Amino acid sequence: MNFETIIGLEVHVELKTESKIFSPSPNMFGDEPNTNVNPIDLGYPGVLPVLNEEAVNFAMKAAMALNCDIATDTKFDRKNYFYPDNPKAYQISQFDQPIGENGYIDIEVDGEKKRIGITRLHMEEDAGKLTHSDDGYSLVDFNRQGTPLVEIVSEPDIRTPKEAYAYLEALKNIIQYTGVSDCKMEEGSLRCDANISLRPIGQEEFGTKAELKNLNSFSFVQKGLEFEEKRQKKELLTGGEILQETRRYDEQTKETILMRVKEGSDDYRYFPEPDLVKLHIDEDWKERIRQQIPELPDARKKRYIEELELPEYDAMVLTNNKELSDFFEETIAAGGDIKQASNWLMGEVSAYMNKNYKELHELELTPTSLAKMIKLIEDGTISSKIAKKVFSELVENGGDPEKIVKDKGLVQISDEGQLTEIITTILDNNQQSIEDYKNGKDKALGFLVGQVMKETKGQANPPMVNKIILAEMEKR
Amino acid sequence: MSRISKEEVKHVANLARLAITEEEADTFTKQLDDIITYAEQLNELDTTGVEPTTHVLDLKNVMRKDEPKKWIEKEDAMKNAPDHQDGQFKVPSVLE
Amino acid sequence: MSLFEHSLRELQEKLHKKEITVTDLVEESYKRIHEVDDEVQAFITLNEEQAKAKAAELDENPDADAKLFGLPIGVKDNIMTKGLRTTAGSQFLKNFEDPLYDATVVGKLNDAKSITIGKLNMDEFAMGSSNENSSYASARNPWNTDYVPGGSSGGSAAAVAAGEVPYSLGSDTGGSIRQPAAYCGVVGLKPTYGRVSRFGLIAFASSLDQIGPITNTVEDNAFLLETIAGHDKMDSTSADVEVPKYTDALTNDVKGLKIAVPKEYLSEGVNPEVKEAVQAALKKYEELGATWEEVSLPHSKYALSTYYLLSSSEASANLARFDGVRYGKRADDVESMLEMFKRSRAEGFGEEVKRRIMLGTFALSSGYYDAYYKKAQQVRTLIKNDFEKVFEDYDVIVGPTTPTPAFKVGDKTDDPMTMYANDILTIPVNLAGVPGISIPCGFSDKGLPIGLQIIGKHFDESTVYRAAHAYEQATDFHTQRPSLGGANA
Repeated sequence: MNFETIIGLEVHVELKTESKIFSPSPNMFGDEPNTNVNPIDLGYPGVLPVLNEEAVNFAMKAAMALNCDIATDTKFDRKNYFYPDNPKAYQISQFDQPIGENGYIDIEVDGEKKRIGITRLHMEEDAGKLTHSDDGYSLVDFNRQGTPLVEIVSEPDIRTPKEAYAYLEALKNIIQYTGVSDCKMEEGSLRCDANISLRPIGQEEFGTKAELKNLNSFSFVQKGLEFEEKRQKKELLTGGEILQETRRYDEQTKETILMRVKEGSDDYRYFPEPDLVKLHIDEDWKERIRQQIPELPDARKKRYIEELELPEYDAMVLTNNKELSDFFEETIAAGGDIKQASNWLMGEVSAYMNKNYKELHELELTPTSLAKMIKLIEDGTISSKIAKKVFSELVENGGDPEKIVKDKGLVQISDEGQLTEIITTILDNNQQSIEDYKNGKDKALGFLVGQVMKETKGQANPPMVNKIILAEMEKR
Repeated sequence: MSRISKEEVKHVANLARLAITEEEADTFTKQLDDIITYAEQLNELDTTGVEPTTHVLDLKNVMRKDEPKKWIEKEDAMKNAPDHQDGQFKVPSVLE
Repeated sequence: MSLFEHSLRELQEKLHKKEITVTDLVEESYKRIHEVDDEVQAFITLNEEQAKAKAAELDENPDADAKLFGLPIGVKDNIMTKGLRTTAGSQFLKNFEDPLYDATVVGKLNDAKSITIGKLNMDEFAMGSSNENSSYASARNPWNTDYVPGGSSGGSAAAVAAGEVPYSLGSDTGGSIRQPAAYCGVVGLKPTYGRVSRFGLIAFASSLDQIGPITNTVEDNAFLLETIAGHDKMDSTSADVEVPKYTDALTNDVKGLKIAVPKEYLSEGVNPEVKEAVQAALKKYEELGATWEEVSLPHSKYALSTYYLLSSSEASANLARFDGVRYGKRADDVESMLEMFKRSRAEGFGEEVKRRIMLGTFALSSGYYDAYYKKAQQVRTLIKNDFEKVFEDYDVIVGPTTPTPAFKVGDKTDDPMTMYANDILTIPVNLAGVPGISIPCGFSDKGLPIGLQIIGKHFDESTVYRAAHAYEQATDFHTQRPSLGGANA
């Protein structure tokens, strides 16, 4: 029997507002435990939530960027459950009137385009953080409590683990473009749970699904789903039954492990939050936010292809990473040649980042310095080869390319007289190569050019060297 | 006919995280049943199309500016804690 | 005569004229408390040392602009006071010595330079109508200590009636200010929902709770509300509506005032003595030039069910934060997280609180939400509409505050339903969110006070006060004092 895989993803994204969603505590990652808290975050008796307007704006931006319809009338609800990191024992969330609904993301897997539906995007508050000590206790830090979150729930449109990966990459990229979140999985500002079930091809209703948690990177999502796909298939083929389970992905064993079997559905006893009033989002407000949404990856990619005439591949690579793409834009705005800027960023710059595990903002290179360097190549001041030296200086220590070239004496030798003098000497010392060239061995020319470059420490202008060598050999 | 069974009472107590004895379960079953039975008088009313009231005042869009503010001192957070360690609240392990 | 038989404004005048000192007032308060509170049990926690120090400080620095300068107040124990234990009448918070912050109303009292004498007894988490649900000693009615003072703000009403403090703060979710005010023969107002900030009030039912003043007279009441009312940025449900000078409304003129008397409020359930007192009051209003007519609030009989479903549901969530993690009770020797939650709550909460949490959890649980919670919210709309309709034609609604005068301690503890029925006349007011006051309007044969309830339109406390004040000035019920402890006999 053949099966079809059905995957749906639930993604939580932390919004990087200055303060928390319902309390004025600073919204900061990485501080000492329980320092960014106040009685509201600690769920003290008598405290009340007040909604942070910017959190709504950010959620709206994210929802719009994901092509959602924005609710005109919405509200908050209490989701009741006890857990030590949930200080009020209810989480303020949105139940039946999410701020965004009916969105989608377009993805591409193996050259095939596909649209994945987004059921809903709603606002809620993050919980605190639990750590476990080995002596049978857990410790609770409430710094994260109250960080604004959006939960983005996809339609069960995803059919392969690879599509899941592509969906997450695209989602992260879009949200990063809007600027409302860093989407750093390692810091928990983007988190993902995955639902997966199998059904025989042709069958209408869904099979029983398992929920995967503890997925700490996009590739673990993919690997976890791949494992789960196989596990469920095997189970079904051997007459077994899939239970409604929560499973976690173990990075060591590369397997999913049962956490608990769900009995019925959780009873969260949602009801409208009486401490907060209704939210009415009129057209003016929606329009104001819509105006603030920057160009998104798809539009940018299209522009790169159509207006900047970049190859589709280059446009895709650049726009898949907002930071890279922004850097590219700034480089060309600073006067760098489009194709050169793209080549450098996709080539040397990316290679350097990968090799050194660094992100673009961690490099000393700036769009202005890259643009200047490209100009120096273009006007013949430095050769491409010298440029690599200049680049490694720029990327490590920063600075002004012109100054580096000058200080290090890297200016290209384009003086015909000077080059002729050097070449004459080299030809004198390499009679055999001249003979070889004249006998049709083209390689000899390369050797001679190499000698000149060696003599000039790479600073000779290569086209000129070629031209002069040929001319001088003619004479002999 | 009773509106709520003892089993349901136990389930509700678990949802509410209240430890109850068998005796309490019996008492609550009877008392809740009385209250719920009484409350079912509301079914006499046809409320089709009636908007539920969550707030008596029709307030909308009450929000604050996104300005961070410090409020309590670091040591205050643990001041009333039943148990704490290294500036964190200490609880029995959540790992079962 | 006790100093506290003077009005707040008279006391202020005496202070500013230096006829008395703040220390005199504070000493008077504690003297009386030490004299009678073993019997009345109105206070859970006293603030004696700090209050006396503050009195001395205020005596050094007189401030004629501070509205409540030097006036000693009692605060219900579900209102957060920084540095002063706040228990909400619950063992769960027995050791909650420093609640870390002041409720907005307490901040306002402090800004007005009043002095907090102590925290007043109450039914645990404000759930109760007799104070018998206090997990500390239950407060008693100063008119006869065999009787209950009412609840949940029983301590707040008893303390004022017993002359322990000249005024106090209570909170009212279904009648918790008005019912004890009626039982104790004092003046208690539940303001319009949203009139007074709830920030720092330990929530029972968020959509119904309001803090309000309990005083000897209507004038004092209006005077205190002027200080505590107003919009608060920390409470999203507080209304940004200007606070009028309520004392200006006390014109002693009710000519032409149109009074509605709901027939449902004088039905068979109401005790004949109470009925008589209310009818006499209506006659008095006629003499004063007001008119009254019988009206109907047809959904009144559904108010009790509606209230218990809604308030218990909200309470089940509001009280979930008492989990033993960050403050309050944690059961000893708990071995797992689940056990910590279940036992801390079971040991920290009293029976009535558990019952309501159970009811509320049930009403919100899967499969029952529409039938109970949502249905109750819809009926709430109908009840609210009843009031709106009457207020199209009338200025105020008048009726009894309670169906009976105070009952004996222990009389109604067996059956929750009979206890709940006490609030049948006050509950609809909370559901509609309108303001309501209880003022003394007579005494029963047993010498227990009877309360008259006057209900107004949203944010029209002024008319409520005007009506209450005119009646009060035309009668002498408010001048009578219980003979407790012999001092005021």
